[in-house]
Amino acid sequence: MTILVLAEHDNKSVRKATLNTVAAAQKIGGGIHVLVAGHDCAAAAKAAAQIAGVAKVLHADAPQLDDEIAENVAALIVSLAKGYTHILAPATSNGKNVLPRAAALLDCQQISDIVSIEGPDTFVRPIYAGNALATVKSSDPIRVITVRTTGFDAVAAAGGSAAVETIAAPADSGLSKFVGREVARSERPELTSARAVVSGGRGMGSGENFKILEPLADRLKAAMGASRAAVDAGFVPNDWQVGQTGKIVAPELYVAVGISGAIQHLAGMKDSRVIVAINKDEEAPIFQVADYGIVGDLFQIVPTLVEELKEQELKK
Amino acid sequence: MKVLVAVKRVVDFNVKVRVKADGSGVETANVKMSMNPFDEIALEEAVRLKEAGAASEIVAVSCGVAACQETLRTALAIGADRAILVQTDAELQPLAVAKLLKSIALKEAPRLVIMGKQAIDDDSNQTGQMLAALLGWSQATFASKVKMDKDSAEVTREVDGGLDTISVRLPAVVTTDLRLNEPRYVTLPNIMKAKKKPFETLTPEALGVDVKPRLATLKVVEPAKRKAGIKVADARALVDKLRNEAKVI
Ligand SMILES: Cc1cc2nc3c(=O)[nH]c(=O)nc-3n(C[C@H](O)[C@H](O)[C@H](O)COP(=O)(O)OP(=O)(O)OC[C@H]3O[C@@H](n4cnc5c(N)ncnc54)[C@H](O)[C@@H]3O)c2cc1C
Ligand SMILES: Nc1ncnc2c1ncn2[C@@H]1O[C@H](COP(=O)(O)O)[C@@H](O)[C@H]1O
Repeated sequence: MTILVLAEHDNKSVRKATLNTVAAAQKIGGGIHVLVAGHDCAAAAKAAAQIAGVAKVLHADAPQLDDEIAENVAALIVSLAKGYTHILAPATSNGKNVLPRAAALLDCQQISDIVSIEGPDTFVRPIYAGNALATVKSSDPIRVITVRTTGFDAVAAAGGSAAVETIAAPADSGLSKFVGREVARSERPELTSARAVVSGGRGMGSGENFKILEPLADRLKAAMGASRAAVDAGFVPNDWQVGQTGKIVAPELYVAVGISGAIQHLAGMKDSRVIVAINKDEEAPIFQVADYGIVGDLFQIVPTLVEELKEQELKK
Repeated sequence: MKVLVAVKRVVDFNVKVRVKADGSGVETANVKMSMNPFDEIALEEAVRLKEAGAASEIVAVSCGVAACQETLRTALAIGADRAILVQTDAELQPLAVAKLLKSIALKEAPRLVIMGKQAIDDDSNQTGQMLAALLGWSQATFASKVKMDKDSAEVTREVDGGLDTISVRLPAVVTTDLRLNEPRYVTLPNIMKAKKKPFETLTPEALGVDVKPRLATLKVVEPAKRKAGIKVADARALVDKLRNEAKVI
């Protein structure tokens, strides 16, 4: 068995989601090759070669592989597929975009968002917003899989010494062109890999009011997230959305502020180790999953919480 | 320009689904069913394109059991011009749906297919990408803005790092994200009018598509329940718990 893992990277370095996906590949067992497809991505390929447990890195470098253009990356994966029993990608927006395209071209039914592995052809995945877990067995010759990163502890980013093989990329399909990117720049840790997350909901009332969460996030070294309602209302950018159809997070600490706890939101955060909820409605469903809840006005509680954290720090 | 919209009948998003006692699946008998919310957004986008003069005809397609008729009637009431039901009692997985939609697309020759990014029952997020692959068409997933041109569309996509904009050559498959639009409500007069709109029923066999599932579901279980914790009086008590009990700060 040999497994191909599609690396998530920014041409310079590999993202943590790659490490979780390699961990899933290790659970399946067999040789692991990592595909780094991009443009001017030699540094990312070199970083991938350091990942623990990786036997080989395939480095495909071409302008048409840049910017996550699905048509070209899927064609590349298909051109490599016959050497592999499994093809894995993290269930990131890029993995979700490109992998089903490759799967269809290989006439394989993709298995989305696996959270555990029962055998080389049998996997567990959440359905219905995580209200049920299905164990499915694939009858396809190649198992094409996206991996929910929170389901697998990352392997070490260093310690490996894989060979890097340069491979050719198929020609540009000419179907899609990259036009531009609006990146949300932030000094904070990345939402899906942060140790702590502070999320705000409709109860925040406005984008301006989200500022009161910043000192809290600073103290906790947290990433910031949001409910769909807060994103829809334009309070915060779309990439902050946590939930069934947003990002899946499982930090050590998740603080939900002014979030009711709709099933679609819980789907994205209920595997966090410790959940804190601040909500003025004591009946809010978020309290059913929270380890610690405070019932009250967030505009009063959040600032005192920040003060308390400061005080505790001084005591230390 | 003809637009094809794929609509799936799913358990309504407000229903708290229950796993069947025998572990074979989730309870869907006597449960409220609705159009997949992302497909409502897809249909709304098609209707807006038509209202703006960019689309000439909207064809709604659904694959599944006879009751998908209801979903298609809703689609007609929202503004689709015609409906096609690919009727089967077989379990349909995304690859099979993509193959069915491909055969419809080849017959109908739309310039644009709009569908949801994700069905909220199976949570697969695959079918649109697969359809684009099988047709050899361009794809623009997770769309929050679509601007039509003569031979291309400019689509803004919701991605992990923010927003990407790409230009795709037509014909193309677009999948919708939540911020693309706010779907309108169905009105009674439109429900009446929908009854007179053309409705065609086909089968996978007639389309020559093998829909045999590739994934066998061995069991379905409820996830481990999180137990509710405690309420604390104030911020000081919370910090104390986080430090000394949960040891997370
Ligand atoms: C197809 C589909 C996909 C979806 N995907 C997602 C998803 O991925 N993620 C997601 O989050 N949602 C998702 N949703 C939406 C979800 O159903 C809920 O509508 C949403 O999560 C509600 O957000 P909220 O909790 O911020 O708002 P609300 O439900 O309105 O809750 C606001 C809360 O704030 C509290 N509050 C108000 N003022 C204060 C105050 N001053 N102090 C303290 N508390 C206060 C209120 O008591 C209330 O509990 C999806 C829905 C659909 C249909
Ligand atoms: N049985 C079906 N009939 C019509 N459209 C479907 C069907 N299944 C999936 N789709 C379309 O594909 C999208 C993505 O579904 P999925 O890949 O299952 O998450 C949905 O939002 C629908 O637009």
